[in-house]
Amino acid sequence: MGRKLDPTKEKRGPGRKARKQKGAETELAKFLPAGGDENSKRLSSRARKRAAKRRSGSAEAPEMKKSPGAKPLPGKLPKGAVQTPGKKEALSLFNVARGKKRPAPTHSSEEEEEEDSEGDGVVNQGDLWGSEDSDADMIDDYGADSNSEDEDEDDGEELLPIERAARKQKAQEAVAGGQWSEEETDEEEEEEQASAGSGPREDEESEGGLQINVEEEEPFVLPPAGEMEQDAQAPDLQRVHKRIQDIVGVLRDFGTQREEGRSRSEYLQRLRKDLATYYSYGDFLLGKLMDLFPLSELVEFLEANEVPRPITLRTNTLKTRRRDLAQALINRGVNLDPLGKWSKTGLVVYDSSVPIGATPEYLAGHYMLQGASSMLPVMALAPQEHERILDMCCAPGGKTSYIAQLMKNTGVILANDANAERLKSVVGNLHRLGVTNAIISHHDGRQFPKVVGGFDRVLLDAPCSGTGIISKDPAVKTNKDEKDILRCAHLQKELLLSAIDSVNATSKTGGYLVYCTCSIMVEENEWVVDYALKKRNVRLVPTGLDFGQEGFTRFRERRFHPTLRSTRRFYPHTHNMDGFFIAKFKKFSNSIPQSQTGNSATSTPANPDLPNLNGQVTPKSESGSIPAKKTGQAKQRLQKQLHPKKSSSQKQNGISKGMDAELSAVSSVTKAQVSSKLQNSSQPAVTAAVARELKEAGKLKQQSPELQSSRKAAFRKQRAPRKAMDTDLPAALSLSKTQATPKPEDRDQLVGNTTGVEKVKQQVAEQPFKKAAFQKQNGTPKGPKTPTVSSCSSSRPPPAKRRKSQSRGGRQPPLTSVDG
Amino acid sequence: MRPLTEEETRVMFEKIAKYIGENLQLLVDRPDGTYCFRLHNDRVYYVSEKILKLAANISGDKLVSLGTCFGKFTKTHKFRLHITALDYLAPYAKYKVWIKPGAEQSFLYGNHVLKSGLGRITENTSQYQGVVVYSMADVPLVGSHSIIKTTRTLCLFET
Repeated sequence: MGRKLDPTKEKRGPGRKARKQKGAETELAKFLPAGGDENSKRLSSRARKRAAKRRSGSAEAPEMKKSPGAKPLPGKLPKGAVQTPGKKEALSLFNVARGKKRPAPTHSSEEEEEEDSEGDGVVNQGDLWGSEDSDADMIDDYGADSNSEDEDEDDGEELLPIERAARKQKAQEAVAGGQWSEEETDEEEEEEQASAGSGPREDEESEGGLQINVEEEEPFVLPPAGEMEQDAQAPDLQRVHKRIQDIVGVLRDFGTQREEGRSRSEYLQRLRKDLATYYSYGDFLLGKLMDLFPLSELVEFLEANEVPRPITLRTNTLKTRRRDLAQALINRGVNLDPLGKWSKTGLVVYDSSVPIGATPEYLAGHYMLQGASSMLPVMALAPQEHERILDMCCAPGGKTSYIAQLMKNTGVILANDANAERLKSVVGNLHRLGVTNAIISHHDGRQFPKVVGGFDRVLLDAPCSGTGIISKDPAVKTNKDEKDILRCAHLQKELLLSAIDSVNATSKTGGYLVYCTCSIMVEENEWVVDYALKKRNVRLVPTGLDFGQEGFTRFRERRFHPTLRSTRRFYPHTHNMDGFFIAKFKKFSNSIPQSQTGNSATSTPANPDLPNLNGQVTPKSESGSIPAKKTGQAKQRLQKQLHPKKSSSQKQNGISKGMDAELSAVSSVTKAQVSSKLQNSSQPAVTAAVARELKEAGKLKQQSPELQSSRKAAFRKQRAPRKAMDTDLPAALSLSKTQATPKPEDRDQLVGNTTGVEKVKQQVAEQPFKKAAFQKQNGTPKGPKTPTVSSCSSSRPPPAKRRKSQSRGGRQPPLTSVDG
Repeated sequence: MRPLTEEETRVMFEKIAKYIGENLQLLVDRPDGTYCFRLHNDRVYYVSEKILKLAANISGDKLVSLGTCFGKFTKTHKFRLHITALDYLAPYAKYKVWIKPGAEQSFLYGNHVLKSGLGRITENTSQYQGVVVYSMADVPLVGSHSIIKTTRTLCLFET
């Protein structure tokens, strides 16, 4: 009994209980003085409207009529007026009760809007409401009057009478098709319970778009629980889709169609959730896409990702001609066409009665299945005959074989990939297609150019997040997040710098590099390209592709170099090919610009620099200052006792190749030997080694003062474990002087280290001394140098000593003595 | 990567000679440069010298393939010719077999070719002779290479 007599519990529905209960509630309602307030949230839109009407008069009568569906307070707008005869009676009492509890004017505004949405006639929960209201009234039209009361005020402001009438009519039509559902009931209840804030949002939407889908609006204001709950209960995709269209419509003309009190961000947030629901995207990726595309394009893009791109193939001109191949395939029953004016070898397959990847022509290597966008980077690269080309990430070999066919099997192609399993496909494809000038290797791309450099052209199809090929791999929608993108960007930067260093700028016919990704994210495309422009002596040149969208020169808070306009972006929805980004560089100098902040500890992201440190060996022919920054950072990370002094001295003296080699050798060696202990102890060794190398290079004189000064500075700054020096010394000795770039980088790194800087500097200071001594004397490293070292070291505190003792025994004595 | 030893070279040439006979010399001395065979991970690669120079820079464990793979040596040092060598053997093949379009598909997918599928055949093909199979359009087909009956026998059958 008790529960039945709960006056606040509204009974809805066509059932017996609903009808029964009404009586009790109604009775109670008479006794409850503040029923209206308590139940205000429970009032249906109809009820609210009625109340509003009563308050304001029947100005909005026509409007109300139009929107029969009751709208839950929270803002759910039932669609269309629903007048179900069956429910009428059941609801009538209820509505009456509701009517008594007229909500505050705020609700009326909601209701008004709700009414509008109702008028649109979308079948919706509104039906239920509509029926209830209508039942309640019993007397008049489908609750339109009562509704109109509620929504008078708002409607009157915004709609012309004719519009209202139209809406009403629509609502009525909608009602005819409306159905009552449990879900709607629940939702209504939820909505009612929700705060009023949600209402306005929906209202505004509906008003703007003249569309229903009122329910969606509330999510905003609804407590998250309510929202999620609703969504979890099998979100109606149709409704969501409709809502998406509504919101896009509103946002397109936001000024006029917005709902008062609702901000643009609320709309956008709602749209985001809806898009994520409808297209099954993760929230992060969808946010990124919303930043990239204007809304209309966004929907097109998402739609395009649901559909696969057409199958395209590329004729292998080493074995056949496109005309002949097309003829042969047509004979087999394949429906195809040339790809476009821009391609002389491409064919697009519309449909095929035979498996396109298993025809005898395919087995004979007459064509290769390749995406249209994958043909573009090779066209941009434009390899010439008798050139040396590097394809850094070649798997599965489509681009490599295209390069080979453009070169007509002359010259040499080095096809490299870091993934061993995928390399098998490269081998197979290249053999099948009859490519004879290819060498296939299995290196990490960042190891170039140390492995081999001096290429005429390089193609880098960098591993990416794959946001341009979502149609091929829908898993990308959900499994990519911020970390993945940044990790990819980091790797791409490293690879790009390695690739740039592998190009020979003085090549007679080349000096070009093409960087491409199958991603549309700015972090992986423009940002990486811009980074390379800052770090290396390259410039962007036109790709030679006359179609495609230009790359961004600015994006949100980032500003890129203006030449980025020559890069190209391709989208699935505009070009009907996979999302792609292509940039073509020309290297105009083989030297590597040394960053100005070599001495500064904090500068430089360092990540991209690592590769330089690790492996790049610029050919001796290339002179260059080593980027101080890079070395500095790399060193920092490695925690090697690199020689900041080296870098500084290098910079000051104009590093020669030899010097660089030495230094890098030293540093690389030191790196190799670094262990925790070493780190401590290597500083002095490093410095000594550096000093020695410098001397050997012949510039020691010039540098030693600098070194000494720098060393002293380092000493002053910090005490570095001498032990490092010891370790470094032998290393330095054993180093060949052929390594160029790494060393300077190391030095720079050292410089860069904040914490390590001190150490490093000490090390550097000590190393040169030590090394020089070592080299000269073959075992009495400390001899002449020790005095200086000791002088320097004297300024250093004791801890260095301790560390030194831990280092190799051999040199320890001198070191300790040096340390003093 | 290393050049072939005498023994390996002999074994390999014997095998190849089954198909192209004495034309082997043509494989090595080509108008567009000298080619040579190199052994890497038990596989024999046929490369031109220009490529060889660049490939020498790559360490053995990182090198996957170079030029064209002709075949490989089995554990018992027998040489097995690979299909990837077809492009080089086909122009110099001594004995050729052409098969009809109908039998072409069957052959491609691994089945034997019956006499009825045979279009043409070179004269004097002895039994168990290694042959290169072509389609009627003179496209060398990838497939097995040994003939069971001699030409003469076949002609007898036909007539």
